[in-house]
Amino acid sequence: MRIAIVDESATRAAVIHEGLAALDDCEIFVVTERRGLVARIGEIAPDIVLMDLGNPSRDVLEEYFSVSRALARPIAMFVDESDEAAIAASIDAGVSSYVVDGLAPHRIRPILDLAVRRFNAFARLQTDLDEARGKLAERETIDRAKRILMDSRSIGEPQAYAELRKTAMDRGRRIVEIAEAVVTAHQLMGGKP
Amino acid sequence: MTRELGIGFLPLVDACLPILAHEHGFAEDEGLSLRLVRSLSWATVLDRLLYGHCDAAHLVAPLAIATTLGRSRPSQPLSVPFVLGLNGNAITLRPDLAEKVCPAGRLGDPRIVGLTLAALAKTSASQGKRMRFGVVHRYSSHNYMLRYWLAACGIRPDHDVEIVTVAPPFCADALEAGEVDGICVGEPWNSVAVERGAGRIVLATAQIWRRGVEKVLALREPVLEDRREDVEALIRALVRAARHFVDPGNWQANAAILARCEYLDGSAELIQRAISDRLLLARGTNPVRFADFMFQYREAANFPWVSQAEWLYSQMVRWDGMKFSEADAALATRVFRPDVYRRALAGTDEPLPGASSKVEGSLGGTTVVGTQQGAITLEKNSFFDGMIFDPHDLKGYLSRLP
Repeated sequence: MRIAIVDESATRAAVIHEGLAALDDCEIFVVTERRGLVARIGEIAPDIVLMDLGNPSRDVLEEYFSVSRALARPIAMFVDESDEAAIAASIDAGVSSYVVDGLAPHRIRPILDLAVRRFNAFARLQTDLDEARGKLAERETIDRAKRILMDSRSIGEPQAYAELRKTAMDRGRRIVEIAEAVVTAHQLMGGKP
Repeated sequence: MTRELGIGFLPLVDACLPILAHEHGFAEDEGLSLRLVRSLSWATVLDRLLYGHCDAAHLVAPLAIATTLGRSRPSQPLSVPFVLGLNGNAITLRPDLAEKVCPAGRLGDPRIVGLTLAALAKTSASQGKRMRFGVVHRYSSHNYMLRYWLAACGIRPDHDVEIVTVAPPFCADALEAGEVDGICVGEPWNSVAVERGAGRIVLATAQIWRRGVEKVLALREPVLEDRREDVEALIRALVRAARHFVDPGNWQANAAILARCEYLDGSAELIQRAISDRLLLARGTNPVRFADFMFQYREAANFPWVSQAEWLYSQMVRWDGMKFSEADAALATRVFRPDVYRRALAGTDEPLPGASSKVEGSLGGTTVVGTQQGAITLEKNSFFDGMIFDPHDLKGYLSRLP
């Protein structure tokens, strides 16, 4: 079975690819380039196309599929049209799929389930990464605020941190918010960012 | 308590009414909280509508009918209680092609541009290189307007020229790369192509059909029935947004809102140009004014005339290789729901027409029409080739088309 993964995010495509690689008897093709997409899909002649829901080229691909109906390469969307739960799960996960008519449902379903799981896993990964990035940025802000306090008031690092923490507690705010205020004020007063 | 409605949209200027209804608090005044969901393809807008991520959607009108009739995917009945606007699209050609078919400095005459283009297209086809035009979706008014114009000028779509789908954000790229010779798309995407020197605007679709239906508000029929009160509240909020949108005093502020990254994520300057009916036809020139380029409110523009649905069905039969069927025609007609629009606005100061269907393209000049409430004057509304669409004679109309 030939599976095409169309995703402008190369990282996500790799995550999906890795998930599907375990399947027997499957050849997997990854397309990340928008230009020439339709021609590339034509070359691959996939049995299934997995595509991220947000891909702006979906209308182009659907048009190609509906026209290619005349070329005896009929394509239907999704596995079994009556399987609303499966469709809803894939929409939730952000994956759309196009399946060539005549492919046995029992062969398709596991692929889609896997794809949905991988999409969800990728989304979780992204959230974790965003959170980690956020934490890192927060720490940088706090470090900068500490440095400003240390320089302007000639105090040590533990004391600078204690001041930030005390102010935060007194005002019912998070330390990073106080630190941001210090950094902003410092910049307004003409200090270096 | 406020009730939430999720509304899907594509980043286009004519997604303006739900966005402004939300931003200016018109929805809130009706007890609604709108959650606007941005997508980048109509396929995704439709998926999110059909599988409940959104309750309603900004949709190309023919797609609402195609979905109801089960074209390309399993049939799901959709309902359209409100028209989000008329026209607002343009045809942009490669600059060297535009130069051959259209005098510089103004929009062309659709008949002359078409006839000149026909000769070039046929020569090109005879040399084995068919001209190619991009439209935003198979089931879009863009596709039907372009085809209507080409066919009336003696160019047979799918024979003499190719028509392909190009996503709006990539229209300028496709022109620039020579993948297409022309595009029919909404704003700001023609302007983006013009600004980049990749194209020149030669026609506004309003020149093909003066009052052509464009985007609609679509819901799944069961959702419309379940949430009738909320939908009626939404209609009232959208009408207020429409009045606000067409007031020149609000153009600058509204353009700035629409330009924001969560909405169109584009240039406020280009957006303001579109909403103030000014078009920059070619790079390095001054914008020209084209009255009613976009048409979002006056003349009961938001009223879902069933004759509009029937015209769209006639074009679907014409271009989709479908057989005309009374049953399909009836299904398509039922997609547009003037009854819901009327109930939402009865007793308000918003004018309501007396009839729900009209003979499209038949108004040669300003006409006062009978109303249920208020006063309505319709201006000229014709097709450029002078044809008239009488919904009572769908089959006859189809047989007279070229």
